Amino acid sequence: MEASVKKELQITALKVRMGIIEGVHSAKAGHPGGSLSCADIITYLYFKHMNIDPLNPKKADRDRFVLSKGHSAPCLYAVLAERGFFKTELLKTLRKPDSILQGHPDMKHIPGVDMSTGSLGQGISCAVGMALSAKHFGDKFNVYAVLGDGELEEGQVWEAAMFAGNKGLSNLTAFIDYNNLQIDGTIEEVNSAAPIDKKFEAFKWHTIVIDGHDFDQIEAALAEAKTVDKPVAIIAKTTKGKCVSYMENAVNWHGAAPNDELYEQAMTELKAQLDELQKQGV
Amino acid sequence: MSEIKNVATRVGFGKALVELGAERDDFLVLDADLAAATQTGMFKKEFPERFYDCGIAEQNMISIAAGIAATGKKVVCSSFAMFAAGRAFEQIRNSIGYPHLNVIIGATHASISVGEDGATHQCNEDIALMRSIPGMTIINPADETEAKLAVRAAMEHDGPVYLRFGRFAVPVVFGDDYKFQIGKGVELREGKDVTIIATGLMVKEALEAHELLKSEGIDARVVNIATIKPLDKEIVLKAAKETGAIVTAEEHSIIGGLGSAVSEAVCEEYPVPVVKLGVNDTFGKSGPAAQLLDQFGLRAVNIVEKVKKAIALKK
Repeated sequence: MEASVKKELQITALKVRMGIIEGVHSAKAGHPGGSLSCADIITYLYFKHMNIDPLNPKKADRDRFVLSKGHSAPCLYAVLAERGFFKTELLKTLRKPDSILQGHPDMKHIPGVDMSTGSLGQGISCAVGMALSAKHFGDKFNVYAVLGDGELEEGQVWEAAMFAGNKGLSNLTAFIDYNNLQIDGTIEEVNSAAPIDKKFEAFKWHTIVIDGHDFDQIEAALAEAKTVDKPVAIIAKTTKGKCVSYMENAVNWHGAAPNDELYEQAMTELKAQLDELQKQGV
Repeated sequence: MSEIKNVATRVGFGKALVELGAERDDFLVLDADLAAATQTGMFKKEFPERFYDCGIAEQNMISIAAGIAATGKKVVCSSFAMFAAGRAFEQIRNSIGYPHLNVIIGATHASISVGEDGATHQCNEDIALMRSIPGMTIINPADETEAKLAVRAAMEHDGPVYLRFGRFAVPVVFGDDYKFQIGKGVELREGKDVTIIATGLMVKEALEAHELLKSEGIDARVVNIATIKPLDKEIVLKAAKETGAIVTAEEHSIIGGLGSAVSEAVCEEYPVPVVKLGVNDTFGKSGPAAQLLDQFGLRAVNIVEKVKKAIALKK
């Protein structure tokens, strides 16, 4: 990837992270930790990879995106706003009574949201249905999903994996946002599904393990995904709370909003990272 | 009088899918390893390329159906009522109901008349569960004729539809001239003393009860309610006003089904006695379907008793 392109993506992802903090702080609720961990993946998909049109969000041949870990809605909304699906000011209305920005993604009212999700395990099955529909009816679009690592504890994920593998749904790519934390503790402490690469492979998927914050690796994995004749699971090692110092790897920031002071600190940190990037030459 | 045919409503479901499959190729059919029983197997045989077996994974099947519908395509998915409405309730609520997607759920083997498989497979709660989902349409056909028409109507309907079918062969009570419309009840017999509002296989019992009551000098109106949600309040309230007492008859728990829906409508707008006949807050059990319907009191004679109770309650 060209350095200038990568820098542009890094800048966009920082703006997305600022949008996440803005939304969650304004709502006084929401899920910042897992939103920050998948920000680079979703930014890359919407800015560099998927066939989408913010001016025509329902166009029939668009690639589909399903946020199976629906609680990371603040990230999806920030990406959609940054990409031009709606105004960034709307992010401050997150979770408020008259806002379209529901606590979890709502496909009926939010431009750019392809599937309503929030109850873990269901989104990946919906993505499988979309991929099956495309294959059956000869539509050319691809389907992308992002799952949480804790979400893999839902049995339905493996029902979906079994079906997708058996049907050879090569138009389906699922990222696993592997930040190693869930509400009650680390994945190992709670109920680990590891080794997940071996499990997906056993269900006839192709797997790729990457650093989920490295745009070169995200790009390479998506390129590789297009060459295989199977569904693809990209296991993205990530840091929960990425880019906000006090949220990084801290389980208590799974589903809590920063107070005014910590909000200022987070925005200052993100702004400083943004300034640093913009200051650097290419 | 010509001989009455006995056909399970699930067979009407299967036949209608085959007819529709011949007319259009824009929908898919899913099942969860019960195609031979649900009768989607008829469609599978004719159109194997448009049929997908999801295996024994109903939750995944329901959400897959939602995903297909989200791409703008029609889809029918089928399992037993217990595993569709029961096991996959939350998938139906969140993946299909909340986004109001065009998915047809063909739930077969509902309630007591499943017979020998017993309580674990006799879903007496599915109508209650499905009624609680905003925007869900619920249709419980009375016979093969109505089942076929309901499948066709569901295919044209905008929004999710739960179709409820039985395993047990029941008399075909409606002729080829029968008109079906989602959300419309049908008055099958006139009457002024009381109204029997029945659904599913209890419609035929209600017609028999009408005859038994006539011999006792009681003039009972009979109304068929196939669409339990949205309920045809007009025909229900008309019955309340004109006959002053109602008996509901359903092969489902007395909690949350047709009886509850009718009671809610009547209580709020024109209170008259409503006496409910159904499964009395109990589990089913194994046995031949016909015997179980006798034992669980789901027969014309039981309707007659309830009618007498309802009339006694009239002010």
